[in-house]
Amino acid sequence: MRMTCPLCGARDLREFTFRGAALARPEGDDWNEAWHDYVHLRDNPAGESREYWAHRAGCGAVLLVSRDTRTHEVFSVGLARGAGA
Amino acid sequence: MRFSGLRVLKEGLTGNRGWGPHWRDPAPKPAYDIVIIGGGGHGLATAFYLAKEHGLTNVAVLEKGYLGGGNVGRNTTIVRANYVLPGNSEFYSHSLKLWEGLEAELNYNVMHSQRGLINLFHSDGQRDAAARRGNAMINQGDDAELLDREGVRRLLPYLDYDQARFPIHGGLYHRRGGTARHDAVAWGFARGASTRGVDLIQNCEVTGIDTSGGKVTGVQTTRGMIRARKVAIVTAGRSGQVAAMAGLRLPIESHILQAFVTEGLKPVIDNVVTFGMGHFYISQSDKGGLVFGGDLDFYPSYAQRGNLPTAEHVMEAGMTLMPMIGKARVLRSWGGIMDMTPDGSPIIDRTHIEGLYLDCGWCYGGFKAVPGSGYALAHLLATDRPHDSARGFRLERFRDGVGLMDEEGTGAQHVTH
Repeated sequence: MRMTCPLCGARDLREFTFRGAALARPEGDDWNEAWHDYVHLRDNPAGESREYWAHRAGCGAVLLVSRDTRTHEVFSVGLARGAGA
Repeated sequence: MRFSGLRVLKEGLTGNRGWGPHWRDPAPKPAYDIVIIGGGGHGLATAFYLAKEHGLTNVAVLEKGYLGGGNVGRNTTIVRANYVLPGNSEFYSHSLKLWEGLEAELNYNVMHSQRGLINLFHSDGQRDAAARRGNAMINQGDDAELLDREGVRRLLPYLDYDQARFPIHGGLYHRRGGTARHDAVAWGFARGASTRGVDLIQNCEVTGIDTSGGKVTGVQTTRGMIRARKVAIVTAGRSGQVAAMAGLRLPIESHILQAFVTEGLKPVIDNVVTFGMGHFYISQSDKGGLVFGGDLDFYPSYAQRGNLPTAEHVMEAGMTLMPMIGKARVLRSWGGIMDMTPDGSPIIDRTHIEGLYLDCGWCYGGFKAVPGSGYALAHLLATDRPHDSARGFRLERFRDGVGLMDEEGTGAQHVTH
């Protein structure tokens, strides 16, 4: 699996670290159903998955990646900031 | 048909014409008391214990492929009871006791081999952690011995003891740990369940779970509708997809875990050896292949194959620990789909839908749990109360934070396991 970092170009998988499913963070600090949903529950799709990855061994940017969990095909990679995720 | 030495001798002398299929191949009936989705180790063990311990035989196991064709046939076959935390500790202890009586109970050779398991440590701090783990195991009633460097050397003379990064200071020796023949475990439970009257239905994929008024009423399958009073989802690796048929979202991410086998070699590795600092563990199968693996690839995947960086890491760790392994050639590798929960511990519980049960979230530890999980889920299905050994495996522990079992101590979040 290779990914194309928008800042660094195409790089090997070992430069990137999976940072979790791309989910909207709930408002507020009190534990509630929305937080349980955000922290624990997952759609866990077999197919297209939207995820955060960090380019740890590169520029350090947090990326928003769309990927197929059945084939490891990478559909798109963009900067997470400003992506509205 | 009972297996015995006499029977093998008789069949051997009469052309082996007396052997028959190990289980029936029935068509699905329109209705059952209990339907188990998933004909892997856990599902088949559940069916067996339902019949044997609770006398419940109006039961069907529905398998989308062939029996034992999923994760029970895609693991590294290690059996152990060396957990620390309450909740896990008593469960795996119970499961190991079931393993120890399994061959007699099933009248089936599952090749359970208690060849001993050694967890290596490489620093004073790790020795303290190993001693604590060993004491927890002894307090649970299981066995553990703390070995110093020379003690490990007597058992494992082939390791590189003076490697610069991780010199071997000793190991925690769990004599009752070992391996078993993974396929035979599925086959033995299948035969035991089928003989007692459970219907094992292969090539029968569940495509929907029917509910009415908050109660489960049956399942839709590729072989027609089947009504059921109780339905258990026992499909680790695919738990999320099956649960979604009932509208459930689970605290599970599916990750890939790779394993490797070399060509067959003469006996060289007598035990199971784990090198935690290198995320590497190894044993030798009875056919002679070195069976070894490492850590997760660490991204969600259903591909049943991993990527090369993890393969490279595993090989490097193997070479670091036991340089002799470099002479062996890898024959094949594969990936299993792991149901990863936030705290790394499993779930055996009811759901908010009456009559719908879950057995999932086995992370990378499902094989050794097969008998214990089947026993506990059968108890839950039969009595609607959790078995004492599995009280900790609540689904709601993530919601309410009570009784999280984070064995690795890395925090109960998906990205940490």
